Amino acid sequence: MTAVVGLLLVIPLGAVALTLLLPKLVWRRSVSLIASTATLIASVAVLFGVDGDGPIIVNVGGWEAPLGIALVADRFAALMLSVSAAALLGVLIFAVGQRDNDRAFPSFHAVYQTLAAGVVLAFLTGDLFTLFVAFEIMLTASYVLITHRAGPEQIRATMTYVVVGLVASGLFLVGIGLIYAATGTVNLADLSVRLAEVDPALRTAIGWLFFMVFGIKAAIFPLFFWLPDSYPTAVAPVTAIFAGLLTKVGVYAIIRTQTLLFPADKPSTPILLIAGLTMVIGVLGAIAQGDIKRILSFHIISQIGYMIMGLGFFTVAGIAAAIVFIVHQVVVKTVMFLVGGLVENSSGTGRLKEVAGVLHKFPVIAVLFLPAALSLAGLPPFSGFVGKLALVQAGFESGRWLVVAVSLFASVLTLFSMTKIWSGAFWGTPTDNLVRAPAATMVMATGGLVALSLVIGLAGQPLLEIATRAAGDLLSQESYRAAVLVSGS
Amino acid sequence: MNVRQSLLAETGSRTVVPTIFIVSLFLLVVGHDAPGGGFVGGLLAGAALLVVFLSGGRNEVRTLLPLHPRSLVGLGMAVSITVASLGLVFGSSFLDAGKITLDLWLVGEISAGSSLLFDVGVYLVVVGLVATVLMELGRPEESAS
Repeated sequence: MTAVVGLLLVIPLGAVALTLLLPKLVWRRSVSLIASTATLIASVAVLFGVDGDGPIIVNVGGWEAPLGIALVADRFAALMLSVSAAALLGVLIFAVGQRDNDRAFPSFHAVYQTLAAGVVLAFLTGDLFTLFVAFEIMLTASYVLITHRAGPEQIRATMTYVVVGLVASGLFLVGIGLIYAATGTVNLADLSVRLAEVDPALRTAIGWLFFMVFGIKAAIFPLFFWLPDSYPTAVAPVTAIFAGLLTKVGVYAIIRTQTLLFPADKPSTPILLIAGLTMVIGVLGAIAQGDIKRILSFHIISQIGYMIMGLGFFTVAGIAAAIVFIVHQVVVKTVMFLVGGLVENSSGTGRLKEVAGVLHKFPVIAVLFLPAALSLAGLPPFSGFVGKLALVQAGFESGRWLVVAVSLFASVLTLFSMTKIWSGAFWGTPTDNLVRAPAATMVMATGGLVALSLVIGLAGQPLLEIATRAAGDLLSQESYRAAVLVSGS
Repeated sequence: MNVRQSLLAETGSRTVVPTIFIVSLFLLVVGHDAPGGGFVGGLLAGAALLVVFLSGGRNEVRTLLPLHPRSLVGLGMAVSITVASLGLVFGSSFLDAGKITLDLWLVGEISAGSSLLFDVGVYLVVVGLVATVLMELGRPEESAS
């Protein structure tokens, strides 16, 4: 199994090399598609292996932790890997189906696979500095994707994205410097032992610094300002993969570091406060918007609040609920942006005032939108319901009624803004600008992810069970520490 | 673009550029046991390309390179990934390094690690990236996309 974990990095990086070398578009497409499919298969294999036999450790180059760099595939990482690989594959198929993505941009597949490699490494790494490197790989690729083929107006908006990304990376580096100065190690498992001996005030300060750094990437309140400006400017598949994955990698890093390095034994009021504000401010921002992509961008922020809320309880139930919610969000958020892309592709605009009647002209887009929208709002039997129900239960167990009430309030507002898109773009007499029928490939890619979200909704119980085991690992820390520090491979 | 830019710069670059390239290769080879390596060597070679660019322009850089910059990056990545994967197959893990020692008559013992090959890949990637940047920044405005 250790070889498969190594392959998870070799596949996307090998695809980068090949897609740069191959002269013909059709070859580049095939390599990229095969690589993404292989990544998905390998991730799922790792998930099943890890759930059965415990964490898989790869000591890169044969150097054992804490001296060397360890790759750690535990349940949480494997779960995130699998769902991310599915989203990456779905969006790639969509991007190939939509004309002009990889035609006009020969390096599209290389950059896309670089992004995939960065995401995979971020989930797998057991080392703080390698996490920084993974973020840089991912963000550098994202800078290229978001600025490519952009006009002056988009360049202005994406400048915010690039500058904020660089500032966050700088702070991340400062944090790593501080933590290394305090403990003398950057290996996560080793840190979890040594940070316990550090002065509590210093540990808290470093903990919040990391919360802030990853909070910028995850777009939590009040650090989300960059997201709704920059995300909608990119082409549909790029926005979709950013929305589905990048902020969630930030959340993953928050959960990983907060549970492993800065554990708490009772619910954290400041984190819950931030979570509540993120939910409400995000959804209120969404209601004020009149453009599909901008509405959805604010919803990204709002939904991040739910994940942070699950973490804030610091209970197995809470973190398990957060994990289920992330899995659901990766898929549904990607689908929502792909559907937004389909509407834009057909009409040339995403403004609710300028497009209407999609339901009558292209009913297939409406069929794809409806389950995803209801899932986002958290209605049963869709996938969002499983996550939200688990979060509410976890909140009751911890006795945190207020934040639970806030999250339910935000859900109602989410449903309201989904109906706004529905009644604005899908109902009514079709506008004249609805001219291009969506390509079959794009519909199929979106449909595949919709089906996955339905499966997540129906298989809520087994998913919650795996997530509960993953959350147990995260909170006990012992299995992670023992696996990394003792075993060599 | 083909206007002769400066006699002084052109003549100067003709002597300076090969020297920089040789030093960059030296850094690449010693990198395993001493300061240096593929990244630093690649950057130095990139600096040589920059000198060529300043004295001769974009086309001069392009004619100097055996491959399209994009292919250079791809080739370098392919080399590095292959070496890294060999560790997966023969060694204990991904990126595991092997080492061979050759006893050459008169020259003495030479040892080379598979990490040298890995560094060659890194070198190519860095040179390719610098070249890509030069080609893009130096692109005449009318053909900009």
